[in-house]
Amino acid sequence: MAVHMKLHRVTRRYDGITALSEVDLEVKNGEVLTIIGPNGAGKTTLLRILALLDEPSSGEISYRGQRVDRSSVQEYRKRITMVFQRPVLFNDTVFENIAYGLRLRGLEGEEVAQRVNDALSSVMLDGFGSRPAKKLSGGEQQRVVLARALALEPELLLLDEPTANLDPTNAHIVERIIKNLRGRTTVVVATHNIFQARRLSDRVGCLLNGKIIDIDRPRNIFIKPKNEIIRKFARGEFF
Amino acid sequence: MSEQLLDIVLRSLWISGTALLLSLLWSLPLALILGLRRFRGRNTIISFFNAMLGVPTVALGLFLYLLFSRRGALGAFSLLYTPTAIMIGQAILITPILISLLTSAIEAVDPRIRDLARTLGASERQASLTILREARKGSILAGVSAFNRAIAELGIALMLGGNIEGLTRVMTTQIALGVNRGEIILSLEATLVLLAIVFTLTLIANRFRGD
Repeated sequence: MAVHMKLHRVTRRYDGITALSEVDLEVKNGEVLTIIGPNGAGKTTLLRILALLDEPSSGEISYRGQRVDRSSVQEYRKRITMVFQRPVLFNDTVFENIAYGLRLRGLEGEEVAQRVNDALSSVMLDGFGSRPAKKLSGGEQQRVVLARALALEPELLLLDEPTANLDPTNAHIVERIIKNLRGRTTVVVATHNIFQARRLSDRVGCLLNGKIIDIDRPRNIFIKPKNEIIRKFARGEFF
Repeated sequence: MSEQLLDIVLRSLWISGTALLLSLLWSLPLALILGLRRFRGRNTIISFFNAMLGVPTVALGLFLYLLFSRRGALGAFSLLYTPTAIMIGQAILITPILISLLTSAIEAVDPRIRDLARTLGASERQASLTILREARKGSILAGVSAFNRAIAELGIALMLGGNIEGLTRVMTTQIALGVNRGEIILSLEATLVLLAIVFTLTLIANRFRGD
C-alpha cells in the first residue's frame, strides 16, 4: 500500500511540554489507522499535526511523497478534514454547516445542495437540512459534523474520539460509516476505546507519553503482542 | 409630525448613521485584531478604550471645537458648524463603544471555530471572516448601541454643529433649544421620536440576539 502521509521525527512542544516526541509515522493509502492511548498521550496533538492545523516544533511532514511547508500547507489542508472530539458547529442551519466547506471549494447552487443531501443521507439525517444545527441532540450533532466532513470527500479523514460522547445507537452508526470508507478514504481515528480499535482498524498505533511505541495489525497488538508493554497496553492497563 | 420636525429627524438619522459607518471603518479592523490576536500591549489598548467609554461628550466636543475652529489645526477645512463636523465628532465618540462591544462579541465566539474553518479549507483571512460572521448577533447589538449613543448625544452636536436651522439642527439640539424658547410641545415631540427610535432599535437588536 502506498504511503499517504508521513511524519519523520516530528516533535511538538508547547508551553514547555513535549506533547509529541520524535514521532515517525506512515499513514497508508485507504487504510483505517487507529491511534490508541490514554488521556494525555498526545493523540489530539498527533491528529492536529496530521490535519496541518499545528506546525511541528521539529521534524518533517510529507503528503503523497511531497514535503509540506508553509507555502503549500493551505493547498494540502483542503485535501484533509478533521472531526473534533466535541462537535463544533456554526451558529446556522445544518445545511449551511455542511455547505460551508463546499462553497470554499468553489461549488455553487444545485451541486452544493446535492452534496449536502447525499452527506445527510449517508449519516441517516435526511430532511434535517433546515434545522438549527446547535439545537440537535449530541448524537445528531456528531453525525452532522461527520456529514460535513464526508461532503468534502477528503482524501484523508481524521477523527478525534468520534464516539466518545455518543449513546450505543449513534456510536454504532458512526462506526458503520467509518467501516464503509475503508479503501476509498484514508482514515485516522484517535480513541481510548481499545474494543473500537479492534473492530475498526487495518492497523493500530499505540501512543504513550508522546511516543508511538508500536504500530501493527490489530491481531499483532491485541492477540499476539510482541512484548509485555504492548500486552499491558492492549489490556488497557495504561489507560 | 410637522414638516419642521420631520426635517430634523431625517437629518439626525443621516448624521448619526454616517457617523456609525465612519467609525466602523477603523473600529471593525481594530476590534478584529484585538479579538483574534494575542500580543503585548493588547490589554492596555482594551483598557484604554474601556476608560474612554466614560469621557463626557462636552469634553470631546470642546477638544474638537478647538481643532476645527479657524485658528485650530484643522481650521483650514472650515468644518466647524457643518454636519460633517458633527459626524466626525460622533464617530470619535462612539469608537470606544464599538471597539469594546465588538471585541467582546468576537471573543465570545467559540475559539474552536477558527480551527474548524481551517480544517474545512478556509484560509486565515476566510477563517477570520467566519469568526466575525459567528459574532454577528453581538456585532448588531454593538452597532445599535453605538448609533443610539450618537443620536442621543447633545454636547458634540451643539458645540460642533451650532444648532443652525435647516443645516445642523438635530433632535437633541432642538429639544434643548425648545426648552430655552418655551417651545415645550415641539421639544416633547422630538423627545418622543428620539425615544421611539432608540427603543425600537434596541428591541430589534435584542431580538436578533435572542434568536
